[in-house]
Amino acid sequence: MNIRTSLASASKPANPFQPDHGLLHVRRQLANGVCIFLTTLFAVAAATFLLYLVLYIARQGLRFLNVAFFTQAPKAAGELGGGVGPAIEGSLIMVGLAALIGIPLGMATGIYLAEYGRGFLASTVRFLVDTLTGIPTIIFGLFIWVLIVVPAHSFSGFAGGAALSIIMIPTVARATEEVLRLVPKELREASIALGATESRTILRVVVPAARAGIITGIMLAVARVAGETAPLLMTAFGTPFFSTNIFRPMDALPLRIFNSTLSPYDIDIQHAYAGSFVLILLVIVTSLSVRWATGGFKPRGR
Amino acid sequence: MSQATNSQIHMPDAAATSAAVITAQHLNAWYGQTQALYDISLAVPPNNVTALIGPSGCGKSTFVRCLNRMHEEVDGARVSGIVAVEGANVYNRGIRPMYVRRHIGMVFQQPNVLPTRSIFDNVAIGARLNGLAHGKKLEALVEQSLQRAAIWDEVKDRLKMPAFLLSGGQQQRLCIARALAIQPKILLMDEPCSALDPIATLQIEQLIDELKRAYTIVIVTHNMQQAGRISDRTAFFLLGRLIEEDETIRIFSQPAKKETEDYITGRFG
Ligand SMILES: Nc1ncnc2c1ncn2[C@@H]1O[C@H](COP(=O)(O)OP(=O)(O)O)[C@@H](O)[C@H]1O
Ligand SMILES: [Mg+2]
Repeated sequence: MNIRTSLASASKPANPFQPDHGLLHVRRQLANGVCIFLTTLFAVAAATFLLYLVLYIARQGLRFLNVAFFTQAPKAAGELGGGVGPAIEGSLIMVGLAALIGIPLGMATGIYLAEYGRGFLASTVRFLVDTLTGIPTIIFGLFIWVLIVVPAHSFSGFAGGAALSIIMIPTVARATEEVLRLVPKELREASIALGATESRTILRVVVPAARAGIITGIMLAVARVAGETAPLLMTAFGTPFFSTNIFRPMDALPLRIFNSTLSPYDIDIQHAYAGSFVLILLVIVTSLSVRWATGGFKPRGR
Repeated sequence: MSQATNSQIHMPDAAATSAAVITAQHLNAWYGQTQALYDISLAVPPNNVTALIGPSGCGKSTFVRCLNRMHEEVDGARVSGIVAVEGANVYNRGIRPMYVRRHIGMVFQQPNVLPTRSIFDNVAIGARLNGLAHGKKLEALVEQSLQRAAIWDEVKDRLKMPAFLLSGGQQQRLCIARALAIQPKILLMDEPCSALDPIATLQIEQLIDELKRAYTIVIVTHNMQQAGRISDRTAFFLLGRLIEEDETIRIFSQPAKKETEDYITGRFG
């Protein structure tokens, strides 16, 4: 009897994991639950909205998608048929031109800011880049209009590409700078300790280590300018005809979409949806193929 | 404080140091305004392992980084005094730090492989950066370096694999191979085992024992047993000063200074 009671009390040690007292426990559980619920709710809401948008555009636009829509020039307002061929061509040319100018300049600026930039010059450049990122893009269109279009007495694909490239530079620069700053300093040291110069270390070790992030930044910038409308209105202007002459007015998908939506005819509005769908498709396909081609899908270390 | 400048110092007489591969003379080092090393003089003999011990923050890392001019990579860092490597003062005006670093291999505390590069590229990078070898010669150099670092058998079938797939211990041996591939005579190691498990540590220690036949090794360790196991000579640092330096056996059995005795018997630090 005696032994039993002592055993019983010995086999039941005090619980070291005391729960919070009643009310506090309830409050914490509640706060936790509310937090999980709200973040999940908002995430699902945002994703649903995006999905709805894409599906809606696809539903409206897919009916008009056929080979002709990709290859033919648009017909007169209100007419069935025709396509966005010149717009696709123009978008590719102008975004390509913008990338050709904007990516090297933007990356160079980013590398300068992250690796070399000290003192007054660097903080000035950083301030300007930050400011440029926030400026409405129509201002850049106006700027190029004054700088190129007016002196040349002509709207042109070149002016459009120039406007888009200025829009790209700050985005690419900031993305590059930020990703480069995340490269662990141990990697730099590894290269420096092998007797590499600073520039070799940056170009052969640091930038490649940040490659995936830089590419993501560039693709965001490309996608962004691919959808720009206002600056192109003042520079490339748009044309219903095929034209590869970059010194003549040029069409672009956003311009074509914009013009179609101004039309009083229902059929043109439908065409605008189809054009939007093509634009989305174009951005996704470019992004995926660049990633694939540059090995951005490979597993990344640490 | 003797803030020695190069001109005030003459090289110690030849007889005393001709055998030494590295000779530090009145070495001081700063991070901005704070001084991290005070008047260090130390000679490292060839084909020998010299261990640097001492409590955390006493300046061991700073000292090894002064030897191959890595110290000045820190913003605001500064050095005065002499470090003679194979007879030449690396701090002489006209000697560019990158040429010094190309002659001295360095291994860090964290295995800092280039994670996304292949195993082969990781070893080849130094030779490529320095234009030492290419083509078949480079392949031979990579194989030889991996063999010397005792990791060849583990990686020879997957040289194209990214380096981050290796274990921590393998990564550290890969870093050693990378350091050996620049064909140095001197190897600096800053706590190379402190991020590793006991078995990987043992492998590195055995490797160091092998390597000292061909290389002069300076190794920082906070582990006194390790210093006892692998080093021929031991230097004890405290608060930025070199307290004493002698054969490892002497340091651990009959140190000359009270501070050393206190430290190795675990009375502080
Ligand atoms: N990058 C740095 N900037 C400023 N002070 C530093 C830096 N690195 C080390 N120190 C200081 O220098 C002293 C020596 O550090 P360190 O050589 O790293 O010591 P140990 O390697 O022996 O632990 C310490 O007081 C440390 O705080
Ligand atoms: Mg240290």
